[in-house]
Amino acid sequence: MFGYYLDLALRSLKRNKVLTTLMVLAIALGIGASMTMITVLHVMTADPIPGRSAQLFYPQIDPQGMEGYTKDSDPPDELTWIDAMNLLRARKGVHQAAMSAGRVTVVPPQGATHAFITDARYTTADFFPMFEAPFVDGSGWTASDDDKHARVAVIARELADKLYGTQHAVGQTLRLGKYDFRVVGVIDRWNPAPHFYDLSMGDYAKPEQVLLPFETAMELKQGIQGSINCWGDFPADGDFTKADGCAWVQFWVQLDTPAQVAAYRTFLASYSDQQKSLGRFARPPNTRLRDVMAWLDYNHVVPGSVQLQTLLALGFLLVCLVNTVAMLLVKFLRRGGELSVRRAMGASKRLVFAQLLVEAALIGLAGGAAGLLLAAFGLWVVRQQPVEYAAFAHMDGAMLAATFVLAVCATLLAALFPAWRACRIVPARLLKTQ
Amino acid sequence: MHPIVSALKHHKTTVVLVALEIALTCAIVTNALFLIGDRMAAMRMVTGVADNELVWVRTTGLDLGQDTKMGADTDADLAALRGVPGVESVAMANSLPLSRNFMSVSALRRPGDKKNEVNGGVVEYAGTPGLLRTLGVKLSAGRDFLPQEYVPYTPGLIVGPVSKAPPPTVVIVTRTTAEALWPGENPLGKTFWLDSDGKEPVQVVGVADHLLNPSINKYQGEDRNMILPVTKVFGGMYVLRVRPDMRGAVVRDVPGVLTRIDPARMVDAKIYTDTISDYYHGDRAMVWLLLIVTGCLLALTALGVVGLSSFWVQQRTRQIGIRRAIGATRRDILRYFQFENLLIVGAGVVLGSLGAVGLNLWLMKHYELAHMPLIWLASGAIVLWLLGQLAVLGPALRAAAVPPVVATRSV
Repeated sequence: MFGYYLDLALRSLKRNKVLTTLMVLAIALGIGASMTMITVLHVMTADPIPGRSAQLFYPQIDPQGMEGYTKDSDPPDELTWIDAMNLLRARKGVHQAAMSAGRVTVVPPQGATHAFITDARYTTADFFPMFEAPFVDGSGWTASDDDKHARVAVIARELADKLYGTQHAVGQTLRLGKYDFRVVGVIDRWNPAPHFYDLSMGDYAKPEQVLLPFETAMELKQGIQGSINCWGDFPADGDFTKADGCAWVQFWVQLDTPAQVAAYRTFLASYSDQQKSLGRFARPPNTRLRDVMAWLDYNHVVPGSVQLQTLLALGFLLVCLVNTVAMLLVKFLRRGGELSVRRAMGASKRLVFAQLLVEAALIGLAGGAAGLLLAAFGLWVVRQQPVEYAAFAHMDGAMLAATFVLAVCATLLAALFPAWRACRIVPARLLKTQ
Repeated sequence: MHPIVSALKHHKTTVVLVALEIALTCAIVTNALFLIGDRMAAMRMVTGVADNELVWVRTTGLDLGQDTKMGADTDADLAALRGVPGVESVAMANSLPLSRNFMSVSALRRPGDKKNEVNGGVVEYAGTPGLLRTLGVKLSAGRDFLPQEYVPYTPGLIVGPVSKAPPPTVVIVTRTTAEALWPGENPLGKTFWLDSDGKEPVQVVGVADHLLNPSINKYQGEDRNMILPVTKVFGGMYVLRVRPDMRGAVVRDVPGVLTRIDPARMVDAKIYTDTISDYYHGDRAMVWLLLIVTGCLLALTALGVVGLSSFWVQQRTRQIGIRRAIGATRRDILRYFQFENLLIVGAGVVLGSLGAVGLNLWLMKHYELAHMPLIWLASGAIVLWLLGQLAVLGPALRAAAVPPVVATRSV
C-alpha cells in the first residue's frame, strides 16, 4: 500500500513541477536558516566537559568591605590570592586547583629575534587530573613541584611542534623571557568550549599554549591577564599576590557526591565566618558554589545577538510553514477530481488522508536534503566570521538527524490541515460537475 | 467592493492563510528593517579625527612582566617615526576612537561631593604634544595645551615609575562632556575633579566639537570624553598622521624602523580605517544577515501570493469568461484581482503591524533594543503592499487575457 502511495505521490509531484519546486524551496530555506542558527546555539550551549561538569564546582566568597553591601549582592567572580591559597591548602575537595590567565614571551631555540607572545595559564597540580587534560607526552607536574616553586612547564602540542618539531618534547628546555623551564608534559589538542574554567579571557577563548605552576610564575613576576577586580588599593609594585583587596584568581574544586557538595558549602560559610572574626572579611558569609553549567548560565555565555539570530531564523521557519500550508492546500484542493474518483471506488477517508501525508512527507524529505545543503553553506559563512565561537560552528551527527526530523515533522504538521480539508470533499458533487 | 468581499468569503481558509503569512512577514520584516536602520546609523558615526590619514603603532618589549625600561625608547622611537617618508606628524596616545581599549574616571562638579558627579564617568584620552594636530581634532572654543602643561601621567597605570603621579591640571573636553557637567553654561575656565577626595582638579582650557569614544557603551555614550596633556604614554600607541596614499608603505616600513632601535621587541602597525572597519564587524555581519533573511522572506511571500492567485485565476476561468461576455473589460478584470490582493494584503498588514509592535516590545524587554518609531510600520506596510501588487500582476494579467468565449465552453 505504502509503495502505491509513494508512486502516486511521485506522479502528483511531477505533474506540477513549479509548485513542487516552490514548496521544496520554501521548506529548504526555512530549514536551512533555522538549522544554521540552532547548530550555532547548540555548540555554544554545549557541555564543555561532558561527564565531569556536574562534579566540578566554582566557589565564590565575598571579602569586600561593607560599602555597597546588600543582602542579595553577588560575591566577586574571582578570589583573592590569599583566599585561593587558603582554599587550596584546606584540601576539602577530591581535587582543587587555583589558576589565572597570563601572557609569556616564548624565546624559541632559534633566538630572541624569533620571540613571540603567547597566552599562558598559571595553575596548580590538580588542574590536569581534574579537567582530564589529554597528554600526548609526559604528564602534569606534582603538588610538590608547586610547593618547591619548580621551574617546570606543560605545553600544548601545537607549541611543541612549532618549537621542537616533535610532540615528544618532555625534557626539552622552554625559554620564557629570561627564565628556563623544563617541559614535563605535552597536552594533545584540547579545546573545551566554552572556555569554562576562565571566562574572563573570552567565553570561547583558545586554549593556552603554556601552563606554569602558579607560585613559580608569581615568584618570577610573569604578567597576569584577565579580570582583576579591586576594591582596595592597587599594589604599588604590581605584585597582586600581596593585594588583599583585589580578586583575580579562579578556583575550581571537584566534589563527587551530594554529601561532599553540602559539606563544601558549610566549609565556605565557616571559612567566611572565621575570616570575619580574624578581621579580614567585613561582610556576613556570602558564598556561592555553582557547577559548570550553572556557572556558564550565571555568566550569560551565549551572546544576545546569537539568541536574536536564532529567533529570527525560527520566525523565518514559521513563515515558511504557513506558506507550505497554503501551497499544500492549493495543491490538494486542485486534485479534488482525482481524490473523488478514489473515494468513489472505495478508498476510505483515512486512506486518502494517508496518501496525502505520504506526498507531504516526500516534499519534507526533499526540503530537508536541500535545507541541509543550505545549512552547511550557512555554517561555512559563520565560520568565516572573525568571532571567537566561529571555529566551533560544525554540524554533528545529532544535528544532521535533527535536520531531517525537523523538516519531515514540520512538513507533516503543515500537511495535516490541507489533507483533512481535502478528505472532506463530497465525491458525488465533484464527480457530477466534471 | 461588495462582490469582491463576498467572493472572498468562498475561500475563507486560503484568504486567512495568505493574510496570516503576510502578517508574519510584515511583523518580522518591519523589525528587521528597523534593526538594519539602527545598525546602519551606528556604523555611520563620525569619529571626529582624520580617518583616512592615520596609522597607529604599538610596540611591546620581549620581557613582559619584568619590564625594567618601560618607555625608555620613546623619544628615539618618536624621532625615528618622524623620519619615515610620508609621515607628517607623530604623537602618543592611550586610545583612539573605536580602538576599544579605554580608561574612564569619575568627574565631580564639586570637590569631595560624590553625589554631584557625572553619571557613568568620562573617558580619558591622554596625548603627548601634537596629538590634536596629528589626529585632526577641531577645537570649537579655547586653546590647545601649552608646552609646560604636559606632565608625566598615564591613565589607569597601576605599576611603574609614574603610577602614583597626579593627573594634569588642565583638560580639553568634548561639547557633550561640557553639557553633562554644566548644562547650558560656558565651560571654558571651569574646574571639575577626577577623584572623590578633591585632590585632582582639572580646568577646562578647550572644547572639542566631537571626538568619538574608543568604545561606544551605555555608560559613557558616544563622545563623553576628555583629553589630558601628558609627556609620555606608558603602554600606549604611536599615532602617525600620514599622506593617505602612503599609509600602506608606512605600515610596511615602521616595524623595521623601530626594531633597528631595539631588536628585542614586537611591533604592530595598523591603518586606522581598518581599525574602524574591525570595530563595526559585528554590526556589518548582522546587517547582512538581516538583509538576506528579509530578502528570502519577501521572496517566499511573493511566491506564495503568486501560487495562490494563479490557483484562483485557474479556478475562476469560467466566471471570468462570463463576466467578460456580459461586458466587463480586460481592465475591469485586472482591477478586480489587484483590488482583491490589496484587501488581503491590507488585512495582513494591519494584523502584522500589531505583531510588529508586540515583537518590538518583547525584543526591547529581552535584548536592550530601542523603541521602534511608528514610521517603520509604514515602511513595512508599503514594502508588503508593493510586493503583493507585484506578485499578483502576472496572474491578474493572465486572468484579463481570458477570452469571453470561455463562458460558452464547459471547463
